[in-house]
Amino acid sequence: MDPRRVTRSLAAAVATALLALAALLVPLPTGATAAGEREITLDARMFAFEPGRLRVNQGDRVTVILHSTDVVHGLYIDGYGIDITAEPGRPAQASFVADKLGKFRYRCSVSCGAMHPFMIGELIVGPNIPFGRAVASLFIVAIGSLVTVALRPVNQ
Amino acid sequence: MSQPPTTRPDSTWRFDLTSIPLINRVLRWRPLQFTLVLITLGFFLLAILTAFFGTPAGNRNFSIIFVWIVWWALVIILLIPALGRGWCAICPIPAPGEWLQRQSFVHPRRRTLWTLGKRWPRRLKNIWIQNFAFLGVALFSAIILTRPLATGAVLLLFIVLALGLSLVYERRTFCRYVCPVGGFIGLYSMTAPIELRVKDVEVCRTHDTKDCYLGNEQGFGCPWLVFPGSLTRNTYCGLCTECLKSCTMNNVAINLRPPGTDLLVAKGRRIDEAYKAFIMLGCALVYSAVLLGPWGVLKDAANFGSLPTWLLYATGFLAFNLLVIPGLFFAATSASRRWAGLTHIKPKQYLIDFAYTLAPLGLAAWIAFSLGFVLVNISYALPVIADPFGWGWNLLGLRDVPWTPIIPAFVPYLQVPVLLAGLAFSIHTAWRISEQQARQRTLQAVLPVAAYLTLATLGFLALYMA
Repeated sequence: MDPRRVTRSLAAAVATALLALAALLVPLPTGATAAGEREITLDARMFAFEPGRLRVNQGDRVTVILHSTDVVHGLYIDGYGIDITAEPGRPAQASFVADKLGKFRYRCSVSCGAMHPFMIGELIVGPNIPFGRAVASLFIVAIGSLVTVALRPVNQ
Repeated sequence: MSQPPTTRPDSTWRFDLTSIPLINRVLRWRPLQFTLVLITLGFFLLAILTAFFGTPAGNRNFSIIFVWIVWWALVIILLIPALGRGWCAICPIPAPGEWLQRQSFVHPRRRTLWTLGKRWPRRLKNIWIQNFAFLGVALFSAIILTRPLATGAVLLLFIVLALGLSLVYERRTFCRYVCPVGGFIGLYSMTAPIELRVKDVEVCRTHDTKDCYLGNEQGFGCPWLVFPGSLTRNTYCGLCTECLKSCTMNNVAINLRPPGTDLLVAKGRRIDEAYKAFIMLGCALVYSAVLLGPWGVLKDAANFGSLPTWLLYATGFLAFNLLVIPGLFFAATSASRRWAGLTHIKPKQYLIDFAYTLAPLGLAAWIAFSLGFVLVNISYALPVIADPFGWGWNLLGLRDVPWTPIIPAFVPYLQVPVLLAGLAFSIHTAWRISEQQARQRTLQAVLPVAAYLTLATLGFLALYMA
C-alpha cells in the first residue's frame, strides 16, 4: 500500500470535509434589504395551510392572522417561538420580526385530526442563503468524494 | 484482528467481536434472542390492542406513536446503520410461528417440526413480493401512519401471515421472501459495519454434518435458509446467531468491518434488489414531498380526499418509483457504459451493478426524512406511555406532558450533513464499482452515476431547505 497515496487520499477527505463545513458555517455578509411590514392571512383547514408557503425578507415585521375554516387549529412556527390557536370564526394573531434567514416550517399545534402531524407549511425568510450554502456544500462533497476515492491506494 | 478467510472477495480488515469473551458468552446464551423477542412482542401486542381498542386520535394512541415514531426512528436511524439486520434478530412478528414450528421457545428439541415444511416456489425466491408489499404499504401510508385501526390491521396481517406461512413453509419463509420491512433492511444492511461470516470457508467445505444449516442439540438450523459457509453479504442473514451456537467447529464469527463492504460483492447482484434500491430512494422523495412538504393538494390526494385524486396520486406514485427513478438511472448508466467503452457489458447487468450505489444515499435520505418528523413529534411518546389507549389514564403522571418539538428549526442542519455523508458514501461506492468494470476508464464510468446521485441529493436538499 503506497503511503503517499494514503496521505493524499486522507488529505483530500479532510479538505473536502473542511471546505463543506466552511460553506455551511462561515459567516457571510448579507446585503441590507429593505425591511417592511407584512400582514399575512393564513387559512387553516384539515390538513393544510393556505397559503402553504410564505416568503418574506429578512427584517420584515410579520403579522400572521390565523383563520380556522373547519376545526380548532394551532400555528407553531419553528425557530420563532410562535404558538397561537384559532377557532372557527375566532382568528388569532401573532407578530414577529423575521430576523433569521432560511426555511422554517410552520405546523398545526392543536390535534385536529388524523393527518395533524403532517399539517405543515413553509416560511422562507430571504435571501435563502442557507439553501445556497447547502448546495455549495453538495458540490464540494461530490467533487471532493471523487478526488478522495480516486487518490486512495488501490490493491493490486 | 482475525485473518480473513481464504476465499473472501476482498482483503479489507475485520475484527471478530466473538473473540471478546463477554460478547461470545452473551451471543451463545440461548435465552438471549427469546428474551429480547419477548420484550418486543410485548410492545407489539400492546400496539395491536391499543390500535383496535384505543382512541382513534393518532397522536394519543400508543400504536401510532410507538410504531411509526419510536420504532421507526430506532430502526432507521440506529439499528440499520449500526447493526444491519439487527432488528430482524429481535423482531416479534415471526416469533409465534417459529415457536409453534419448533415446538420450543428456546432450546432445540428432538421433535419433528410442526409445519408442512414446503419449499417456497422457486419462481418466487426473490424479493419482488417484498418490493410490491412495501410499495403497497407506502402507497397507503397517509392512512396507515395516521389511523390506529389501519396500523393495527397491518400489524395483525403481518403476524397472521407470518404464522400461517410458518405452518406451511419451511423456517422463516415470511422473513426471507414476504416481509416488506425485511426487504429494505436487507438492502441497507449491506452498508452496515457488522457482519456474520465464517472464519474459514475451507472448514465449512470439508465439514460433513453442516450443523449450521441442519441444526443440532446446540442450535437450530439457519432459519433464513442460508448456508453460512457461503455467506458473502448481509442481505439475507437475520443475525439470529443460531449458526454461532450450532457450529461444532467454532467457525462462525461476527465481525466489525468497513461499512459498505457488501456493496462491492458482485456475486448475487439481482434486478429485484436493484429495484428495491430504486423504490426506497423514490419513496423517500415522495414521503418528503407529501408528508413534510407544504402542498395540501398532495396530502389530500394521499389521504384519500377523493377516489379520482387518490387514483391519480397512486398512478404518479407507482410511475415515479417503478419508471421515473429507474429510468433516469438507466439513462445515467447507459451514458456511463458508452463513455467508458463498456458496451460489451449488457445494459441490464450494468444497471444492476451500479444500482447498489444507491443504498448509502437511500439510507441517508430515510434518516434525513425521519429526523424531520421524529424530533418534532417524539414528545408524544410520554403521554402515550401514561395513557396508551387514550382512555384517560395517567400512569407515571406523564399524560399531560405537552407537545414539545425538539430543535425543529435546527432539523435541516442535521439533515444536510446526513445527506452529504450519504452522497459521499455512494460516490465512493460508485467509484469502486466502476473500478470493477473498467480499471482504465473509471472516471468516465463513474461521472454519469455521480451526477445522478448528486441530482438526487439536490432534490432532497431542495425539499428540506429551498
